[in-house]
Amino acid sequence: MVTNITSFGRSGLSDWLMQRVSAVVLALYTVFMVAYLLFNPDLDYYAWSALFDQTWMRIFSLLAFISVAAHAWIGLWTVTTDYLTSTYLRVGVQSLIILAIFVYLVWGIQILWGA
Amino acid sequence: MSNLQVSVYRYNPETDSAPYMQEFQVDTKGRDVMVLDVLHMMKEQDSGLAFRRSCREGVCGSDGMNMNGKNGLACITPLSDVVKGNKLTLRPLPGLPVIRDMVVDMGLFYKQYERIQPYLQNDTPAPAIERLQSPEERDKLDGLYECILCACCSTSCPSFWWNPDKFVGPAGLLQSYRFLADSRDTATRERLTDLEDPFSVFRCRGIMNCVAVCPKGLNPTRAIGKIREMLLADAT
Repeated sequence: MVTNITSFGRSGLSDWLMQRVSAVVLALYTVFMVAYLLFNPDLDYYAWSALFDQTWMRIFSLLAFISVAAHAWIGLWTVTTDYLTSTYLRVGVQSLIILAIFVYLVWGIQILWGA
Repeated sequence: MSNLQVSVYRYNPETDSAPYMQEFQVDTKGRDVMVLDVLHMMKEQDSGLAFRRSCREGVCGSDGMNMNGKNGLACITPLSDVVKGNKLTLRPLPGLPVIRDMVVDMGLFYKQYERIQPYLQNDTPAPAIERLQSPEERDKLDGLYECILCACCSTSCPSFWWNPDKFVGPAGLLQSYRFLADSRDTATRERLTDLEDPFSVFRCRGIMNCVAVCPKGLNPTRAIGKIREMLLADAT
């Protein structure tokens, strides 16, 4: 039995499914954002702020943030287990990645929900 | 036509401090012979050249090697398939420890094969005659049982290069699915449980090098996709 303690879901199957679901969410968010910016060429702060004031947009954005976090964790964990063979270096880099993802996630939520 | 220029990987750990490439000039008399024939011609020039071979017809899987950058069986690969600009470079299968020249240590490869328990498991009482299958059930094993374990696929897979101790590899996974798909096998749940970690199956990134090199024309990537489907169906 192969074990793993720093992967996102502790299971290859759940990581694999999460990677795909989060990819779909991110694709939808990207398409929406690009379309929104294209259809609103003279965008100002008030319109932008009004967009993010709506509950559905906050849910959509939070979903996208969490998807980025999960997607990055799973993907970069895979990269580190492929290429970093020194245990100390690998665990150190994995910890840094997870820490950075956490910081960005909380920061993103603060921007989204903060005053 | 000038002689074929062959560059061969040489390494004898007992006498060489590092591997090196040895150049040979081989006169094929203009014939489109197999790479294995060229190896024998070189062995006549230098009897110390070591390589594995047995059946010389693509059945035993002994002479898997890297020919001009692509893995394959030397015995069934004609020069016209691999030679470019009258040059041929032969190296051992990538990623495995070299014992000598073209001979590699297949220990890790076999260990992964052993891990997937490549034998029929059935805990129901044995019938008086054979365990029967319908023709449709038997059809599911086509494209799976033909593997000869030459290791061309697994040693062309970067995921296997980086994690040969954890990732089963395309050859092992093709055989794993061969038993998962077998209607007579009752250990499906146990087999799946041993594969759900992030390495054994899921380290496959679907680049399909295995499919590109398989000398038997098999498709390990499809088998791996089927295993993923079974894991998903079992766990959701």
